[in-house]
Amino acid sequence: MQKEDVPQDPSALGQFTKEVCYATDASGKYVTELSTGWEVKASALDAAWKDIEERVASARQKVIDGKASPILFFMEKRIMDMPTLSAYTGFWKWRIQRHLTPKGFARLSERKLGKYAEAFGVSVDQLKSMTLHED
Amino acid sequence: MKTEFDHLQAAHCETGVTTGLMHHIGLDKMTEPLAFGIGAGLFYIYIPYIKISNGPAIAFRVMPGLIFKRACKALGIPVVRKKFRTKEESRVALDSRLAQGQPVGCQVGVYYLTYFPKEYRFHFNAHNIVVFGKEGDNYLVSDPVMEYVTSLSDYELERVRWAKGALAPKGQIYYPMPSSEPVTDEHIARAIRKGIRSNAWVMLNIPGHIAGVSGIKYTGKKIKKWKDQLGLHTAGLYLAQLVRMQEEIGTGGGGFRYMYAAFLQQAMAYTPHGTLPEASALFTQAGDLWRNAAVQAAGIYKGRLQTQGDFNQMGDYLMEIAAVERKAFTALSKIKWTS
Repeated sequence: MQKEDVPQDPSALGQFTKEVCYATDASGKYVTELSTGWEVKASALDAAWKDIEERVASARQKVIDGKASPILFFMEKRIMDMPTLSAYTGFWKWRIQRHLTPKGFARLSERKLGKYAEAFGVSVDQLKSMTLHED
Repeated sequence: MKTEFDHLQAAHCETGVTTGLMHHIGLDKMTEPLAFGIGAGLFYIYIPYIKISNGPAIAFRVMPGLIFKRACKALGIPVVRKKFRTKEESRVALDSRLAQGQPVGCQVGVYYLTYFPKEYRFHFNAHNIVVFGKEGDNYLVSDPVMEYVTSLSDYELERVRWAKGALAPKGQIYYPMPSSEPVTDEHIARAIRKGIRSNAWVMLNIPGHIAGVSGIKYTGKKIKKWKDQLGLHTAGLYLAQLVRMQEEIGTGGGGFRYMYAAFLQQAMAYTPHGTLPEASALFTQAGDLWRNAAVQAAGIYKGRLQTQGDFNQMGDYLMEIAAVERKAFTALSKIKWTS
């Protein structure tokens, strides 16, 4: 890639930094050039976030329909997969699996609810009621 | 307290931290491409059946920490690396290093990294920063992907140093110590040759078909089947993930090829050989092809390209890349250094 071809597209990256790219100058020598972003990358990130939003919406519906517990909603909201949630709460995966059902969730002690709430960065009340104030 | 540390913006976090910390111990000749090449950082792996954020597990780099470790070892620079059991221990260890004037490399998770915009904050735990001072409750942070230095509060730094999940940093700190004898150009030349040999060996000969050059080819083959196996929507998301792993800060597939090409150019100054410029040109070509592949992938996940033919084309790009990189590494592996 030549220095002039380093993309300078608007992107979320541009809000906080420019990134260093290695590219060649007229003589073919490698130099660094700053880039504000690349549309191709920005759209990949958009696609990922759109998918996350769809997952969150679908999880919310499942909870409302009584097919899942609020833990599913917050997992999707916090982009946590099972190993990550397991690491943050200290619960084994099969136990989380159980807590993901409305029945399993209803049986959770305050202490365990507290652990989930802490992992998701919400209060226990917010966890139960599936409300979230964006930070 | 504040240590003497010159912030260095870099294309990649680990090579940036490595280069910055090496400058600190007086090795001013170190550049990011040299650190990357000496650390034999170019890699590729696609692990099927494992999913990361609901997409394919693909990496363009070696395990976190390995570039730093290898680069220091090849140059005869002693390394300090510590993991901790408790947050308290990790805080005390960091503070005491800073009090001694030692800037410290830290592995951190990006999910709670407050100075990153929300869009970039995933549960990725192998980001690297340099902490170089503390003013009141704030730690001074040199993050190689940022243009300028930044800071994190006590609590914020602790949270990212103790991020959990895959590759959890466990408060990990690391830094190089000044070596007993100065690093000469001959040392660097030797380290470069070693780095090239080991990187070529890994990319060509790593066993199995999911890693190295054959891993790229394997991914190409797989992609051709994604449309039928996964459906257009999921296949598109998989490709978006491939592009993110490839081009996003801290990973960089296309970018890494350019960096490796730059490394081979810079290597000429230390250990000249006719094959180096040729191989460098091939890596430039590979980098361009990775970018073309990303454009093709974008066409698919944005819904502009939807046919099996488009997926075949995408797969073919990766096959072509595999062929170019095989050629380049084969040429490098056959170099007989005269000195």
